[in-house]
This record gives sequence, C-alpha cells and structure tokens, in this order.
Amino acid sequence: MKNSSLRFITSACLMLVCATAQIPRAQQPKDSTKKTSDSPPPGPGGTSVPNANPFPSTYHPFPSRPTLIRNATIMTAAGPSIKNGSILLRDGKIAAVGESITAPPDALVIDATGKYVTPGIIDVHSHIGVYPAPGVDANSDGNELTNPVTPNVWAEHSVWPQDPQLPRALAGGLTTMQVLPGSGNLIGGRSVVLKVVPSRTVQGMKFPGAKYGLKMACGENPKRVYQTRGPSTRMGNVAGYRAAWIQAESYRRKWDEWNANHKGDPPTRDLGLETLAEVLRGNILVHNHCYRADEMAQMLDIAKEFGYQVRAFHHAVEAYKIAELLKASGTGAAEWADWGGFKMEANDSIKANLAITDASGARAMIHSDSADGAQRLNQEVAKAMYAGRAAGINVTEDQAIRWLTINPAWALALDDKIGSIEVGKNADVVLWSGDPFSVYTKAEKVWIDGAMLFDRTDAAEQWRTDFELGVVREKN
Amino acid sequence: MRAAILIAVFVLAAATTVFAQTIAITNGTIYPVSSAPIPNGTVLIRDGVIVAVGARVNVPADARRIDATGKIVTPGLINSVTELGVVEIDQVKDTKDDTAKGTSNISAAFRVWEGLNPASATFAPTRNEGITTAIVTPHGGLISGQAGVIDLVPGHSADMIRRAPVAMVAQIDNANDAGTGARGELMGKLRTLLDDVKFYMNFGADYDRGATRSLSAPRADLEALIPVVTGKLPLIIEANRMDEIDAALALAHDYYLKLIIVGGAEAWLSAERLAAAQIPVLTGAMSNIPSSFATLNQRQENAGLLRRAGVRVVLVATSGSDVTRFNARNLKYEAGNAVAYGMTHDDALRAVTLTPAEVFGLSDRIGSLQPGRDANVVVWSGDPFEFSTVVEHVLIKGREVQEPSRQDLLIERYRPRLK
Repeated sequence: MKNSSLRFITSACLMLVCATAQIPRAQQPKDSTKKTSDSPPPGPGGTSVPNANPFPSTYHPFPSRPTLIRNATIMTAAGPSIKNGSILLRDGKIAAVGESITAPPDALVIDATGKYVTPGIIDVHSHIGVYPAPGVDANSDGNELTNPVTPNVWAEHSVWPQDPQLPRALAGGLTTMQVLPGSGNLIGGRSVVLKVVPSRTVQGMKFPGAKYGLKMACGENPKRVYQTRGPSTRMGNVAGYRAAWIQAESYRRKWDEWNANHKGDPPTRDLGLETLAEVLRGNILVHNHCYRADEMAQMLDIAKEFGYQVRAFHHAVEAYKIAELLKASGTGAAEWADWGGFKMEANDSIKANLAITDASGARAMIHSDSADGAQRLNQEVAKAMYAGRAAGINVTEDQAIRWLTINPAWALALDDKIGSIEVGKNADVVLWSGDPFSVYTKAEKVWIDGAMLFDRTDAAEQWRTDFELGVVREKN
Repeated sequence: MRAAILIAVFVLAAATTVFAQTIAITNGTIYPVSSAPIPNGTVLIRDGVIVAVGARVNVPADARRIDATGKIVTPGLINSVTELGVVEIDQVKDTKDDTAKGTSNISAAFRVWEGLNPASATFAPTRNEGITTAIVTPHGGLISGQAGVIDLVPGHSADMIRRAPVAMVAQIDNANDAGTGARGELMGKLRTLLDDVKFYMNFGADYDRGATRSLSAPRADLEALIPVVTGKLPLIIEANRMDEIDAALALAHDYYLKLIIVGGAEAWLSAERLAAAQIPVLTGAMSNIPSSFATLNQRQENAGLLRRAGVRVVLVATSGSDVTRFNARNLKYEAGNAVAYGMTHDDALRAVTLTPAEVFGLSDRIGSLQPGRDANVVVWSGDPFEFSTVVEHVLIKGREVQEPSRQDLLIERYRPRLK
C-alpha cells in the first residue's frame, strides 16, 4: 500500500501544482471562460437581460484513481457508524460502503485500522478569501461598508484564491465552504460555495450547480457601522430590511411579467434587486447573521411578510431559547460551540446550544466564521457534544457528526451531493488518525471528488499558495 | 433536570466545605507534576494546604473524603494571559479596565488589578473547568502596565489577589501602538525609557528638586520600572517576528532584564538563542495562520519545538473567541493540541501548572502537588486535555469552589422546554 500510495500522491500533487502555477498564462482566458454544462444560455436580450450564471464554475475534479479504505470506523452521517468498514471511492463518487468490499485490481488500498472515516467537513460560514491572511487593508474585501443594503455585491468578486488560509482549512478536513460577505450591512451581498481546492481563479473553486446565498445581518453590527447615517437602532435595521424587500417585490413583478410576455423593452436591470428578486423566487437561500432569540423571531416574521424562507440563522447564539420556532419554520441554526461574551448580543452563549437546538427538532450545525476555527470544526463539535451530555442531553457521536457534515450540506441545498457517506455521493472524504472527537486526532488524508488533495504524511507534496513561496518556510 | 441536581450538589458542597478542615482525595491517579505520577494515590489537605501526597497516606478519621477512583488529580491550571475580571464584555466600554491611557504610550504605573471585579460572570465557568489561578494582564501602548496573579475564589479582590505585581508588560510588535513610526524607533524609545529609569534611580533627589533634564516618563512610571531594571520584576515583552524576539533578547542582555516572551509566533526560529539565554516563552499551539507579516512562520509545532530545544514553555490560549476572558477555560484544549503537535503530555501539563508558577515566582506556593503547597487541586474524570473529560472537583486553597455559572443557570432555565 505504502509505495503505490506515495506514487499516487506524487502524481496527484504534480497535477495540483500544474493547476496552480505551471500552466502558461496564455491558456488562462480559455480556461476561465469555459462553461460547465449546467450554465444557462445567455438571455435573449444579451447583456440587458439577467444571466443567472455570469461567472460559471470552471471546476473539474482533480485526477483520481480508485481508492479503497479498509478497516476504518466509518461515520456516515446517514445512519449508525460502521466498525471495521470499507469504503470505495471511484470516478469521483462513493462507489461502495460496507463491512467488506473487494478492491478493484487498480485500486489504491489503504489500511485504516484504528482510524476513522467521515464525510468531508462543510463550513457554511467562512470569510476565507474575502478576509485573507495576512490581514492587511489591501486585501480586506469582506464588507462593502458604503451602504447598509448592498445585495448588488458578490463575495466571489473579493475571494483571493492565494489565501494561505485555504490549504490550512483543507488540512483540517474541510472540503466545502460557503464564503459570505461580512455582517456590517443589513443585506451584505451574495455568498459563494467553494470547494477547498487550489486554483488560480475563484471560478475554478466554485461548486458546480450550488445555489447562491444572500447574507443578511441583524443586531449590533449594522447599527454600529451606520451609527451616524442610519440605521442606528434595531428598529432602524428592521425598517431597512423591509424597505429593501418592498423594492424587490415590485422589481420581481416587473421582470416576471416581462419574462412571461416579452412585451416591449425589458425593465432596467438593477444588480441588487436582481439578487433580492431571486430570493423571492426561491432561487437564492437566505443566510442570516443573528444572535438574539427575539431578533430571530422578528426576522422570521419579515420572511413571512415578503414570502421568502430564512434557510439558516448564523451564530444563533440564543437558538436554544426559540428552537421550536426554528423547527416550525424549517430554518437551520449554524452555531459556534462556545464563542460568547464579546458583545451584548453574545452574552447568553451556552455550550449546550447545539445540543438543545438539535434535541428540539431544529436543524443544528457547526460553523466557524474563522479560518482558525475552520481547521478544527471536529474539535468544536466535540466540545458541543460533550456539553450537551453534561446538560443531560444524550447526544451520540452519530448525531454529532451530522452537525459537521449533512446538516451544513442541507443549509447549502447540497445534501443530495455531499455531507454523508452513501453510495453515489461525491467522494469528499476525510481519513482521521483516530476518533475525530478527540483533541489528539488529526485529519491524515482528505479527498475531494475522489482525488486525494491532502496527505499529512507527505509534507513535501502539500499545497502551498503562491503567497507563501519564499516567505513561509516549508516544514522540515 | 440534571442541571438542577448539579446545582443542588454545588450548594451542598459549598455548605459542607466550610466546616471540613481536612480533605482527603483518595484512590486517584495523582499528577504532582513536580514528580512522577502516583497510581492509586491520596492527596491530604489540611486548612487549605497540602500536607501529604503519595500512595500510602494515612487519612484521619474526621477527614472529608473525595473518592477519586479512576480519576485524574492535578494541580489547578494556571492561565497566564487573561483579562479575567477586568474585561467583562469586550464591546461594552464601561466593562473594560485592561487598557490605561498612559503618558506617551507608557503606563508602567498602571496596576490592572485595581480594577478587578470579583463579581465578574467569567470567573465561575473558568474555575468550573479546572483553572484555579490566572495572571491578569494589562494591554496597549509600549509599556502596558503591571500584571497581577489571582486565585479564582469567590469573594473580594483581597481574597483573590495572590501576588501583585508579578510582572511588567510591554510590546515591541506594533510600532504604532507604541506611539512610534517604525520598529527601530520603538526600540530606541524603549531603551531611552530604561536609561531614564536608571538615571532616575541615581538622581531621584535631584529630579524631585527639578534639577535634572526632563525624562521620558512621569515619575510614577519611572518608579514602577525600577524593579524591572534591577531584575527583580519580570518584564513580559510581546514579540512575534524572529527579529523581534532577537531584539528582546538583546535588550534583556544589555539591561539585565528578567525577560519573558509572550506571543512568540516565530520563536521556534530562535529556539536555541532562547534556550541559551534561559528566557521563557508564553505561547499557544493552535495558531498556524500567517495572519500578519510578523507571524508568517507561526505554526502549531512552535511549543513542542521550543521545548525540545530546552526552552521553558508556558502554554496560553490562542484559538477561538475571547480566550483571555469568556473562554479562558479552554486553556486545557490548547494543551491537548500542543500534544497533538509534538509536545509530550507531561510537558504540556507542566506548561499549564508548574512552569508558569516558576516563571512568575510562585512555585513555592502553587503549580504542583507537594506537602506545603496551597491546595489548588482539580479532580478530572479522565485526561485533563480531552473533550470527553468532566471536571469533578475544583479546590482552591482547600476550598471547593464550583458553583453554577450564568451559563449553567441559562441551561437550567431553557432545557425543560424540551419535555
């Protein structure tokens, strides 16, 4: 196993290097204009008509070979763990899972005795790329703080693919992340769902077919940022959201009518309202930064007033106080394990939040909001799981793994593709050195679409961003 | 339900310890830290002080017994960089007492513990998770002020403060915060200040008469820095880039300072120099992001590499939110991650107990389980660094101090909605 696996890694990583640096510059435009099959044709009126996908994904899975991981504890996030299980990755998909699988003749076989396999971790709240490292003003591109309502901006236009936080997140088992604009605005802009892969362009990281999200924010941040020009109060915040949705509603009607009969000139495009109208049509998912229980309840009423869904509240520090409302509205809660105390609206943080949210029947998930935390979301879930148990809620490991994988996949409407270990799903898989809920455990190998993109045992072949070359020393 | 029971137990424990003068923690695996672990050992405590530790300890008949069968017993953890009690909610200005205004970015006279709020809600969750002692540190400027050490006992400030000051705090990592425009200017300002302290020591009477040149800091600050230049009070310097660490070492050499490095992102690149100069480093094991140009080579192996080179390492919390306050409790996980990245478990436990006690000159009282030491003791259900482990007993000076935190009360209030 050893020799063949090492050879494999070498070739995969050569490809990886090719994808990041060695392709001649002249080839770049051709690459980046190539469209995936799921991008719709341009609108009939050319550029005056919205194109649902003007920045299409150019991601293609990295080369892979059939891989069989044997004798692992497989936490599937779709049912009970399989002890001494095997999993076969082939053609980018999970081809088989079970107690015993025969290896195809050309497969790389990995003995994982004593180790664990989980689905790739999914982080629904990341600012990697838009707030890259080093944190310098020149690259600080996460918050368009020029207007409290900026649905016209798209996070992907700020993402720096050479952010050194990316390879570190991958090394923590993170395979998919939603990059959001910051929370300074009431409506901050569109999010983008990215695969944690090396690429010269953000298009090369975009998860094919993933829906966009819309970032909204409650509470202290917008009212602090806009103190002098407004909104400066929570009631000002709510008036701001409602005013935006009123405009969006009228814009959607105009365009829906024109799309139905194509009479006369199309209405004038407005980038911001276009995004909001897509929310009202159910094509863009709302991700709402909100800490306090009472504010989440109000945001749910606003959603009802204008006929959209809040897909998930993010941070949701007080979700445990209104978990039954979240359950009733089908809204998820993306939470930290233990962040709190840094501002008034984070003052009621409890470590049992995830456990109580989950036990109440609402969809609970971990999130990072931090390139540091994103590397250890398994540890965050461990804290939350054991805190739940200490509070008398019997959270099993099989339940807790869902907070890391399938529940965030649901929040991104990608749960048919990723988030669990089931035959036919994308082969996004992490091999852990031990129980992922132990402080001593590390991700050893990470596959995305069946390609091994990280191997801790081979430092020389690990992904290094352009930025790091010559300034960040290679590990010896 | 269980939260309610826990609270009842807490209250009972608090009520009984008042009368129990002798406590025996029996049958535990004892980690004295100052010596090898003792399986099935006993820690005997009388009047707040450890009187015996070992496999064969006679337990007096009237002793209150804590059965630690299958448990781990360690010294209480020491968190060496905190704002516990001086910052309640970071974004609520009125609750922040960690940063002085100072005079031209020098606040040497600032005694941060004079703003300590013993009623802070951050104390209970911190001690309930095994931290018994904290260094409270000031922030900001070139010279931030003086740090003090507190035990996390309920009561008044006088009950909590163990020793103050234990160190002076400075930084050479940010020229702007120091009121200068460049690192080199910062170092010059610092040397001028230390020279002026020496001048003031020699010509204090003349200074008081107004018969000297003007000095770079007010009298109170110069006065506060005397123990630093005489090598009596440690000077904690925040330094991250390799050359900053080297500059701090040179300064310590030239001025005979008792230097402690905090931050130390790239300290592993100067490990041999630090070891040779016997300078301890306060650092974490969970940061690996080149988050600034001064921390490009920050890595999780830092603590382990320093230790291997013979540097005294104190682990402090670096990852997550509010690790110096609300989540100061998470120090144990920093230690667990240090082990995952190359430190031995023994070294990591030492780095949150005995080593900080030694570095801050407190090891004659705390940091280890030995006869004569204060009974700052924690009983854990298992490995102190593991997420699955529960803290079962926390004793500070022999007093059982667990009580429900605000967070426990919120859980108790909202959990019953489930049923």
